[in-house]
Amino acid sequence: MNKAVENIRPYDVDSIRQDFPVLHQQVHGKPLVYLDNAATSQKPKAVIDSLVHYYQNDNANIHRGVHTLSERATLSYENSRKKVQCFLNAASEKEIVFTRGATEAINLVANAYAQTLKANDEVLITAMEHHSNIVPWQMLCEKTGAILKVAPINEQGELILDQFEALISKKTKFAAISHMSNALGSINPIKQLIDLLHQHDIPVLIDGAQAIPHIAVDVQALGCDFYVFSGHKLYAPTGIGALYGKLELLEKMAPYQGGGDMISVVTFDKTVYSKVPYKFEAGTPNIAGTIGLGAALDYVNSIGLDAIAAHEDSLLVYATEQAKRIDKLRIIGTAKQKGAILSFVLDGIHPHDIGTMMDHQGIAIRAGHHCAMPVMDFFAVPATARASFAMYNTHQEVDALMAGIENLIEMFG
Amino acid sequence: MLDDLRDLYQEVIFDHNRNPRNFRVMEDADRQIDGFNPLCGDRLTLFIKLDDGKIIDASFQGQGCAISTASASLMTDIIKGQSEQEAQQLFALFHKMATGEQVEMDDLGKLAVLAGVCEYPARVKCATLPWHTLDALLKGAEEPVTTE
Repeated sequence: MNKAVENIRPYDVDSIRQDFPVLHQQVHGKPLVYLDNAATSQKPKAVIDSLVHYYQNDNANIHRGVHTLSERATLSYENSRKKVQCFLNAASEKEIVFTRGATEAINLVANAYAQTLKANDEVLITAMEHHSNIVPWQMLCEKTGAILKVAPINEQGELILDQFEALISKKTKFAAISHMSNALGSINPIKQLIDLLHQHDIPVLIDGAQAIPHIAVDVQALGCDFYVFSGHKLYAPTGIGALYGKLELLEKMAPYQGGGDMISVVTFDKTVYSKVPYKFEAGTPNIAGTIGLGAALDYVNSIGLDAIAAHEDSLLVYATEQAKRIDKLRIIGTAKQKGAILSFVLDGIHPHDIGTMMDHQGIAIRAGHHCAMPVMDFFAVPATARASFAMYNTHQEVDALMAGIENLIEMFG
Repeated sequence: MLDDLRDLYQEVIFDHNRNPRNFRVMEDADRQIDGFNPLCGDRLTLFIKLDDGKIIDASFQGQGCAISTASASLMTDIIKGQSEQEAQQLFALFHKMATGEQVEMDDLGKLAVLAGVCEYPARVKCATLPWHTLDALLKGAEEPVTTE
């Protein structure tokens, strides 16, 4: 009922912008146009307030105190776990492990699988992965003697499906795939890939760092074994993220770090670990960040992820049309299925010069290799400039972006 | 609109970016070394020819932004004819200028066009990458140099 009411409400970007205090400022004397959302999103007041509220009213350590504040803090912390469970449609809240972010979640899984893989086993990734979904697997391979296999992409920045399939063999013991590329915006057909891998009994991790603010995720429908994301790209604070893992897999996995909160009994002879998810949450966690993540999910749900996605898609379509009018501009990443990322290069102008010159016009974009150096190598560019859109961006901001690009082309002469 | 950027992007910089001097592979170089800025992925290879402790030729190849390309272009021009010691002194002076320390601009000659970079912390390494590479090369390093 509520959802139906939300869905008929028109998308009010002005009202959404009012919820994000940081947007209302000038940079170099120009109104801030924040288009670096794929790096990190801005935070709505509800998230900022949740942090202030926690520190002003409930600050205490969790899971051990019997006093009121500790109980409140524990309740809020565990409520966030339930919110993440709902957001991903996981079967149980036990399947949600809080981590510092997607990177730590991937490392946690890679660390556990390093204990089960052996020499000449293979780990399959794709050529569009972020370094965070490459390096942990390389480290696993170094430890175990396993071999990293990389499924190639085409000129549009799409995964080449038959080549992906051709790389699957009896040796393949794990696969890790991004849901959406941070450098190109390409969205992978993960359901199809998961089904394919499962036909061969290969566990699969989906890196949802980029997808999570744009695409509704249902881990049960997808059937993935692991799904990871960072809160900060989803309007939550930095330093908090989550790992979803199927319960039976998490239960079999070795803990990541040792310490408090991940044990049930410790003697100097032996330690009995806690049950999942606590087995993986050693030490005092990022309690405030976790509560902030819960607040961010509430906020996103209040707007509706489908409505957000439709808005971002219209921005991407408009930006792509406008970008094509600029002769010197080449879009890097033209996948048919694409999220709200416009990566581009300008003929004769290095992305870092673009970045500085855009900043001077109040426009924040990313310039660099986007932690995806192999992607840059594939497209034979040292770096790209990248504009990435979020729920609060407007069509006028796309116009400002294009005008900014025209200005700097003129300055470069 | 972008006039206030002229402190950083002076016309000389655009000129050196469009037409970098000494932009070539030196087949008979006495020494060569790669420089790399892992933060942005910029790379260059620096070549020099020495005669009796003097740099008699310098060139570079690579890919970088306007600031790093202009800096490499200006550097390879200015160090030609200098002794190794003079080039190293100039590196120290350039580094001071790029990081905002007080220096006598006259001592820097043409390199002074890059003085604006100190106002852009994210871009300082663009200007200093060629110089760090030169410094390592003069010190006899063979492994690629990084700015990190």
